[in-house]
Amino acid sequence: MTLWMWIILACAVAYLTKLLGYLVSRRWLESERALRVAGCLTIGLLASLLVTNAFVSGSSVVLDARLGALIAAAVALMLRAPFLVVVISGAAAAALLRLAGWG
Amino acid sequence: MTMPKMTPAVAQGLSLAVATGLYGISFGALGVAAGLDVWQTVVLSLFMFTGGSQFAFIGVLAGGGGGGPAFAAGALLGVRNVVYGMQINALVRPGYTPLAAHVTIDESTATALTQHDPAERKRGFWVAGIGIWILWNVLTLVGALLGEAMGDPKVWGLDGAAVAAFLGLLWPRLKGREPWALAVVAGLVTALVVPWVPAGVPILVAAVVAALWGWFVPEPGPGAPRLLRTRAPRDPRGPRAPRSPRNPRSPRNPRGQGDRGGAA
Repeated sequence: MTLWMWIILACAVAYLTKLLGYLVSRRWLESERALRVAGCLTIGLLASLLVTNAFVSGSSVVLDARLGALIAAAVALMLRAPFLVVVISGAAAAALLRLAGWG
Repeated sequence: MTMPKMTPAVAQGLSLAVATGLYGISFGALGVAAGLDVWQTVVLSLFMFTGGSQFAFIGVLAGGGGGGPAFAAGALLGVRNVVYGMQINALVRPGYTPLAAHVTIDESTATALTQHDPAERKRGFWVAGIGIWILWNVLTLVGALLGEAMGDPKVWGLDGAAVAAFLGLLWPRLKGREPWALAVVAGLVTALVVPWVPAGVPILVAAVVAALWGWFVPEPGPGAPRLLRTRAPRDPRGPRAPRSPRNPRSPRNPRGQGDRGGAA
């Protein structure tokens, strides 16, 4: 499959997933276990994506300038900065560390 | 159609639309940095339109994964939207279901469910949903064009921007000890399996671990924060009220009786 086909399929599935919520029985809403699995899935996926983007290079785990980005973003979030400022802090930290010759 | 009045829900929806729309710039730039062209990036924002899944899709590609794992990660991260759809359908009843479903995302759900008046819920949902869709797409295009003009993404620290974006998406969900524990476990599992499986697959392994955690680990006691952050009280009588009268026969209340001396 080409990348375009995966993109179109991913868009279709994302839409159908949203629509499903409107179509399934209300009783699902009462199922604490289903809600809990959905909540856990979201956190697990985001944490995994974070680690992949911060520490993975090819098929190995490395420490490079992206560690600085992670720390800068965490500091920005603790200072309750808006999302865009958090993202820019991460980019600036990684760019500056590379400029200084690390990672 | 008349313009909606500037009620609290409209104001909240608009401010959220501006704030969320702005980081469409980062999605656009990161999409191009991950190897998509401008059109592919824009199509994701137009039709996938759920930030977490979009970032997941390009995050897997940026890590060297193929279209298949990128698709799977995006699809799984969209699962929470089923819950949002059910809540919006039950508590807001926005009408125009095919359109409402498309704009059912974290922010429109949160805006709607923090209102108490039914009309306000509806206004908040539509203003946030449509407002974010418009701004998110315009600014995705801007970001993608900027990203294309930037050249080597590493020089600008765009890979660091992706790290920050994922932390920013995760952060508001880390309330209490359990979400932190789950996030650490998912992160460690990812790092441990990276050398052994193809790129993109570690994320799916972590997803399985997280789903099993949700299924088997008992929920922390009452008062602990919920893992999905946009839960509204489902009964106007307040969170301690037994069950809504529309569904009196719930597992916790098999005989369909109220907890208040049978008065219900």
